[in-house]
Amino acid sequence: MRALQQVTGKAAVLDRPDVDTDQIIPKQFLKRIERSGYGEFLFFDWMKDPDFELRRPEYEGAQILVAGRNFGCGSSREHAAWALEDAGYRVVLAPSFGDIFHTNATKTGLAPIELPEAELAEIKAALARRNELTVDLEALELTHPDGLRVPFEFDEFARHMLVNGLDEIGLTLQREASIAAYEQAHPARFDTSLLS
Amino acid sequence: MSKTLFERIWDSHVVDERPGEPVLLFVDLHLVHEVTSPQAFESLRLAGRPVRRTDLTIATMDHNVPTEPGPVRDTIAKAQLDALARNCANFGVPLNATGSGREGIVHVMGPELGLTQPGMTIVCGDSHTSTHGAFGALAFGIGTSEVEHVLATQTLLQARPRTMRVRFAGELPFGVGAKDMVLGAIGRIGVAGGVGHVIEYGGPAVESLSMEGRMTVCNMTIEAGARAGMVAPDETTFTYIEGRPAAPSGAAWERALDEWRALRTDADAVFDAEVEIDVASLVPQVTWGTNPGMVGPIDSSVPDPANYDDPVEREAVERALRYMGLEPGTPLDGIPVDRVFIGSCTNSRIEDLRAAAEVVDGHRVAPSVRAMVVPGSAKVKRQAEDEGLDRVFTGAGFEWREAGCSMCLGMNPDILAAGERCASTSNRNFEGRQGAGGRTHLLSPTMAAAAAISGHLTDVRELR
Repeated sequence: MRALQQVTGKAAVLDRPDVDTDQIIPKQFLKRIERSGYGEFLFFDWMKDPDFELRRPEYEGAQILVAGRNFGCGSSREHAAWALEDAGYRVVLAPSFGDIFHTNATKTGLAPIELPEAELAEIKAALARRNELTVDLEALELTHPDGLRVPFEFDEFARHMLVNGLDEIGLTLQREASIAAYEQAHPARFDTSLLS
Repeated sequence: MSKTLFERIWDSHVVDERPGEPVLLFVDLHLVHEVTSPQAFESLRLAGRPVRRTDLTIATMDHNVPTEPGPVRDTIAKAQLDALARNCANFGVPLNATGSGREGIVHVMGPELGLTQPGMTIVCGDSHTSTHGAFGALAFGIGTSEVEHVLATQTLLQARPRTMRVRFAGELPFGVGAKDMVLGAIGRIGVAGGVGHVIEYGGPAVESLSMEGRMTVCNMTIEAGARAGMVAPDETTFTYIEGRPAAPSGAAWERALDEWRALRTDADAVFDAEVEIDVASLVPQVTWGTNPGMVGPIDSSVPDPANYDDPVEREAVERALRYMGLEPGTPLDGIPVDRVFIGSCTNSRIEDLRAAAEVVDGHRVAPSVRAMVVPGSAKVKRQAEDEGLDRVFTGAGFEWREAGCSMCLGMNPDILAAGERCASTSNRNFEGRQGAGGRTHLLSPTMAAAAAISGHLTDVRELR
């Protein structure tokens, strides 16, 4: 995945609760076998509405999404994270995230950052005056040109992977000895090749 | 030291731990289907990595398959199904393909083959993997990158979740079943109430459920935002598993029973959160809105947004009612439906079909309704046909289909047209879930059968 250390850019605000992954990327696009090209289908059904928030001209080219609580709930489709990342977003700020989406995002080079509602309100107010924000994953803080400074927390392991663009599988395979030891001590009860 | 069931399973699956890092957990069973695997296999191929444990991996075709016999006409869907077949052949992963006789919805196939067993860790690129927790397993959904990680290493890096116990006290009243229990729980906990937690379901009402009932409850755990749901294994569990193709036998069976009987939550174990629900006052449930938490008893009415104090929630309810084409104050009982769907990994097993057939028997589908029954697997379909259930359904005017995910999510030809209202035994009523503009009402199989007969949402307890 693309390494992510710092992003400075425009933010788009989607202030709705419980935005599920069916909305982020509807099912018909899950039939694809490629990993790329989902950006043009982001929020496919909601984009048909000319009043949809993300169609505002001032949000064009946004790299940061400011969302509502429980963002990315529902289906486990990682395609939702791929669509956001492919459409240019590198960071999502929200009061809370769907669990599986949160994990998928970190593995896609998209940083899901949880912030309390009060701090998000301050950020949105600043963005309304001037649409520019810097998110720094190394310093763990958000800054706005008006002077607003908001520190945030981020899981250290996920942060390290994102900032360095690391391949998690390669890292795990370095722990081969532990995996083999576990397998030796825990023989399987079945063999799936006998069940197909 | 007292432990919960979850802690027992978690602790026994730790491969390696490092301070400040998620734990490396072993995966006992990896279920695969065509939608969330192609990119994972492709990445493996590009990195030159094999599938580490083909003996612990098994695939099926379910989301894209048409539920009518014949070729797959959607070329993109066909490409994805072909990709799965090719990937399984190239990597040596066992596959129960369409037409093999063992295929079906992945979460129906696993348990019926006896692959789902107590104490296991089970993953799949599908959020309803929580279904398998009904057997006292730690089972959860993962994304495609994690699918690739499991294929390559048979492990997963996981941050330890918190624990929640949901206790269902009391005895289930007539006409109320597992689907109503879990819809009622989600209505109570909220769609994000379980986030960060693994839920253990307990209490006399859960213990009295069959395995299929427990699967229905665990299946929809994800809709409360929780990581996984589980029920401690007991004699009901062991009886279900015994004799199935993947179940141990002879001395190995006795050894397994000894291990499985130790899988329980100690009486003095502590959970991070506890919820108690009294089922005696439960009424058949039906969703009215656009997420499973927007739900109520059949004898209630569409809520009034003005009654919601939180402005964010109020707006969400207003939006949901606009999408669903419903007016506040309209009684749920009486809302006309265009389609009825009995199927999905939530409710498509033999007991669901028997229960629906019992309601249908002697009646006909209302002329204004198109109703469909989709068995969860080829095996369920055969058993239902042996019992004559298919003839009860077709005699009443239902379509009797081949196994597959079907209209749960509109990725195959079974799809709602914009504005069509459907009474569905599936698990999600999000905007567009069953088809762009489609309006979904989630309910139990008996409630779906009642809606098909009357042509509208109906209190099944009052149907004669």
